[in-house]
Amino acid sequence: MENRKLVKDIPAEDLIVPVRAQGRLARALDSDIFYSWRTSPVTVVATFVALSLILLAVFAPLIAPYNPFNPASLNLMDGFTPPASTGAFTDNYFLMGADNQGRDVLSTIMYGSRVSLFVGILATLFAMTLGVSLGLIAGYNGGTIDAVIMRVTDIQLSFPAILIALLIFGIARGLIPANQQESMAVWVLILAIGLSNWAQFARTVRGATMVERQKDYVSAARIMGVHPILILLRHVLPNVLGPVLVIGTISLALAIIEEATLSFLGVGVPPTQPSLGTLIRIGQQFLFSGEWWILFFPAVTLIALALSVNLLGDWLRDALNPKLR
Amino acid sequence: MTRQILSLSAMLLSSTLIVSQASAETIRWARASDALTLDPHSQNQGVTHNFAHHVYETLMDRDAEGTLTPRLATSWAIKDGAPDTWVFTLREGVTFHDGAAFTAEDVVFSLDRARSEKSNMRQLHVDVAEVTAVDDYTVEVRMTGPSPLYPNNLTNTFMMDKDWSEANNVVEVQDYAAGEDNFAVRNTNGTGPYILQSREVDVRSVLTVNDNHWAETKPEVTEIIYLPISDAATRVAALLSGEVDVVQDVPVQDIERLSGTDGIKVETGAENRVIYFGYKFGDAPLASSNITDSNPFNHPAVREAMELAIDRDAIKAVVMRGQSFPTGIPNPPFVAGWTPELDAYPAVDLDRAKALLAEAGYPDGFSVTLDTPNNRYVNDEAISQAVVGMLGRIGINVTLASRPVAQHSPLVTANETDFYMLGWGVPTFDSAYVFNDLVHSKEGSYGAYNGGLYSNPALDAMIKSLGTETDLEARAATVAEIWEVVKADRVLLPIHNQVLAYAMNDRITLPVHPENQPLMTSVTFAD
Repeated sequence: MENRKLVKDIPAEDLIVPVRAQGRLARALDSDIFYSWRTSPVTVVATFVALSLILLAVFAPLIAPYNPFNPASLNLMDGFTPPASTGAFTDNYFLMGADNQGRDVLSTIMYGSRVSLFVGILATLFAMTLGVSLGLIAGYNGGTIDAVIMRVTDIQLSFPAILIALLIFGIARGLIPANQQESMAVWVLILAIGLSNWAQFARTVRGATMVERQKDYVSAARIMGVHPILILLRHVLPNVLGPVLVIGTISLALAIIEEATLSFLGVGVPPTQPSLGTLIRIGQQFLFSGEWWILFFPAVTLIALALSVNLLGDWLRDALNPKLR
Repeated sequence: MTRQILSLSAMLLSSTLIVSQASAETIRWARASDALTLDPHSQNQGVTHNFAHHVYETLMDRDAEGTLTPRLATSWAIKDGAPDTWVFTLREGVTFHDGAAFTAEDVVFSLDRARSEKSNMRQLHVDVAEVTAVDDYTVEVRMTGPSPLYPNNLTNTFMMDKDWSEANNVVEVQDYAAGEDNFAVRNTNGTGPYILQSREVDVRSVLTVNDNHWAETKPEVTEIIYLPISDAATRVAALLSGEVDVVQDVPVQDIERLSGTDGIKVETGAENRVIYFGYKFGDAPLASSNITDSNPFNHPAVREAMELAIDRDAIKAVVMRGQSFPTGIPNPPFVAGWTPELDAYPAVDLDRAKALLAEAGYPDGFSVTLDTPNNRYVNDEAISQAVVGMLGRIGINVTLASRPVAQHSPLVTANETDFYMLGWGVPTFDSAYVFNDLVHSKEGSYGAYNGGLYSNPALDAMIKSLGTETDLEARAATVAEIWEVVKADRVLLPIHNQVLAYAMNDRITLPVHPENQPLMTSVTFAD
């Protein structure tokens, strides 16, 4: 007890709250989150790896040495050129070698990452939107609606996501006429991966919503007659978003791997528009014949991409969890 | 009591002996795809026939030189005084796996089944008018006219038991394209050297030797474990790890490595099979194209442009690693009617190809979807991918749709594809087989694999005349004439003839079969 000081005993200058930095950027750089990012070397490296892979993919048409989808620029006779050498037939230089179709492996990886990231990001956004909406509805309403939605998520979580994606993919393929299947393949893939990943979002958001629902600010809003949808969107949603961001980041890594798995199994995107998974599928045919570069570089890229996004997710989880700080 | 124990142990001992003996002669046989069905008349397809040849039998066989040899028929001849009738004398003492005797009524039943409406084999029997049993071991086949080459068509027409078929309600052939199923799709009752023990579609089938088979020499292989492994690298890995004994579809890129591996040998040989692309004909616009008011493929200049854009030599050098014979006609050199002149193909000329496209009214090219199998022919998907790139160079923007053969094949037979890859083997060693199925208009028994619905009434008439032409010289002249038109009209876009490679454990010898239908009865063991 004697250690406790009364306010009047504290020197005045200590009572002054340190002035927070001004401006958005300055405030962000001064935040706890940035501090935890700055002090974790693994996270800093992961950020740079993920960002550079994403930038390479996004700007592939501008910076890739060749356009592997432009038949005029490639020649089949360059097929199987080893890394760091010039094609036998054209003057093209292949830093990572050429694949079985004479395409520059480096360029196909840059273009392939575009497909992988596009599918991964859209599928995760789709899963997130679906899962968060259902989670909010279930958590806020409770009762029968909650029971039905949660049983569906339970059932879904008891299957591996890849099986559900294969099932949805199969059904969608059956419904789409044969001559449109290839043009629809990417969208079917997004739908299949999205539908196989929403359950985690729904479950987490539902739990968080049930906690928030009990709080006074929600009761106050309800007493004031605010429409339930507005309460959910304006009051509850911002307060449950933290865990959603964490799951979202980890789901992105999972979605990229899931896309690669489906394409590896040959049910994903067509081989003329390869994603990383398709490139790995093509490359593994040449494992025994010694043309290792066709498999090696796409595989390393996939690992780097998934690992760095995953590490970012881990960091975000720790940074947003006050108990771990 | 002692005696009981003794007899029990004797039983145990003998059963172990049998097991160890059987396992010593088991062969584990891997290839890329499974038989599509076990109904022997439902699919005229090589893999399906290859499997069926172990369980069912045909009236005659063909040896490595292409000569017909007796199988269930011991002799055949044209009937005296009736040039349009063939007489087949059947082997006596042959039984089906269920014990029923093989007689003339089974042959009549099977031939009628094979030429029934739903049968995929019917084009081979298109000239048959009537099949009758003269006595238990003599069958007469009356043709619509003299058909001196008809026995050539019988090497893949399997004999079923009439009573078994009736009892199991499989008198009608399974309609494969319509997704039909029947008892004969999963169950068999043939006269062949092996009996089906178990079957998991696309996974594993087990066959054991038929001890009651009529052949005097018993096969060295007493048990076959058939393992379809669609992924090429997995298939090769299975051989390297000793998980399988024979791999039938060896990827060309692995031939070198496998030949250099201790304990493994590779046998190669030319296959009687041509790989080609087919177009959709007709005035209706293509379903998968951006051109919505006409069908580019219907224009001869477009087909010529496509032929000029395709670099067959590059496909041979890179995709096939030298393991192919590029060709200018959809007809393998094994087949009567093949000539070196027809086999010649034009050199690549992209400028001329672009000019032809512009002349046809498509200066900016057009888009289309190419359907390709990915587990049927040597490097099928890679060939299609290369062709996509080559056509792209003249402005034809091709989307590649790659499917396993089980899903690809019905698209072709149901004419649901605009542009497709297919391979054609010629079991009759005669051009008529190519014309009947690929060139003749799709009507009745003709044109089953005319996936693009090509139709030329003048050719149809000439093709029909081949069936009944008795003057073999005149017939050969008609064949040559038809080939000229087929080549000039570019009915199909041929790429090359395949070279086959089988890789196996080096204590086994399995020679390459020109029709890619190796029989495990021909396997010999070194030890």
